[in-house]
Amino acid sequence: MSKYLLNKFLFTVDRDPELVERYREDPRELVTWWEATTANRLLNCVAAEDSTWQRFDDAEREALVTHDHVALFALGAHPFLTLTLFIAMFERDNTEPLEYQKAFGARLTHFALPYPDIAT
Amino acid sequence: MASIVAVIASTHHPFYYRASTATGDDRPPFADEWTRKILAFRETLTRANPDVLVMVGSDHFHQLWLDNMPQFLVGKAPFYDANWYNEEREFGLPRMTLRGQEDLSAHILRQGLDAGFDLAFSNELRIDHSVTCPIITLRPEADLPIVPIYTNIFAPPLPQPKRFVQLGQAVREIIEGWPSHLRVAVIGTGHLSLELGGPRQFGPHGPDPEFDRRAVEWIASGDIDNCVREVTLDSLHSPGNATHGFMDFMLMMGVAGAGAKADYVDTLDLFHTMEAYFTWYPNGAPA
Repeated sequence: MSKYLLNKFLFTVDRDPELVERYREDPRELVTWWEATTANRLLNCVAAEDSTWQRFDDAEREALVTHDHVALFALGAHPFLTLTLFIAMFERDNTEPLEYQKAFGARLTHFALPYPDIAT
Repeated sequence: MASIVAVIASTHHPFYYRASTATGDDRPPFADEWTRKILAFRETLTRANPDVLVMVGSDHFHQLWLDNMPQFLVGKAPFYDANWYNEEREFGLPRMTLRGQEDLSAHILRQGLDAGFDLAFSNELRIDHSVTCPIITLRPEADLPIVPIYTNIFAPPLPQPKRFVQLGQAVREIIEGWPSHLRVAVIGTGHLSLELGGPRQFGPHGPDPEFDRRAVEWIASGDIDNCVREVTLDSLHSPGNATHGFMDFMLMMGVAGAGAKADYVDTLDLFHTMEAYFTWYPNGAPA
């Protein structure tokens, strides 16, 4: 299990407007592409220095492919990263202020303290 | 030697810029009261007539990332570009460029290292809303040079709360030992109880009003002893999953000093989180 790699996905997609749109429109395509091209990128290095060992396990990949932010919370993905990216994708569909943000929280109400550990 | 003319601690709320500039139907009902409070708070800095701003904040996974995560970092650069695409997108924050005060950065780094704080540094730092929100609220002209100090309140493992207090105490001594005639204000922002990405987010108030009440009392009265006694890395999960940002307030309590009663205290109960504003004048209130 790699909370780090989940966070790396959320971090690198959230900061790139093109990737945000691709993730919204076709999450399976984007996640597959990202794992093949970016999961092993050492972000401040040239491609020749890529890592060799990063990959999602099946539950992580499925959570990302299905836009399942509840599963990401359970897996210990950093909730700030998840929230920020999911707001970017879905807040635009709001019919009233904060509608998506409130629904996001409501879908997590079955979690009690302590929440899943986010330490990486 | 340099003088610390104001110590300011505040929440940083990225929605303030949009709320305060919105007009007509887009203007939220709380915007007028919020703006009034911010203008009064701004005056507490303006009156101190600072030359330099030391800005304590925390990068929100913008430039600092899990492959190389510093606990405490001091910027040392002639300029700092500011705000990021995802902050423009979500909060409507403007891009900014602030000047740096490299002599003070170098002084804080050297003296901090020699005092036992293994500070990281950055010579090219794009700062985020933890620093630009207080620029917008307190010095919207953005005309004073800054020294940014970033803390890790975000990516565990985190430093202990008492370490934030100790760093604040050291920063106070280090600035007061800076061989300069300049007038320095130290401004730090954090959070009271806050939940982000969890079930308690975006409620009608902050997630834990009782924590907020006690926190405001600790800060306003300079009650470092009780604050350090009651606040632990574990206990901060209870008021809300992003409440570790309170440790930046603890750092500022260290700058202000044990027992230092704040000269200015104000709060605003908003949806999602409580705003809180504190100013100390270490050398007495300006005329």
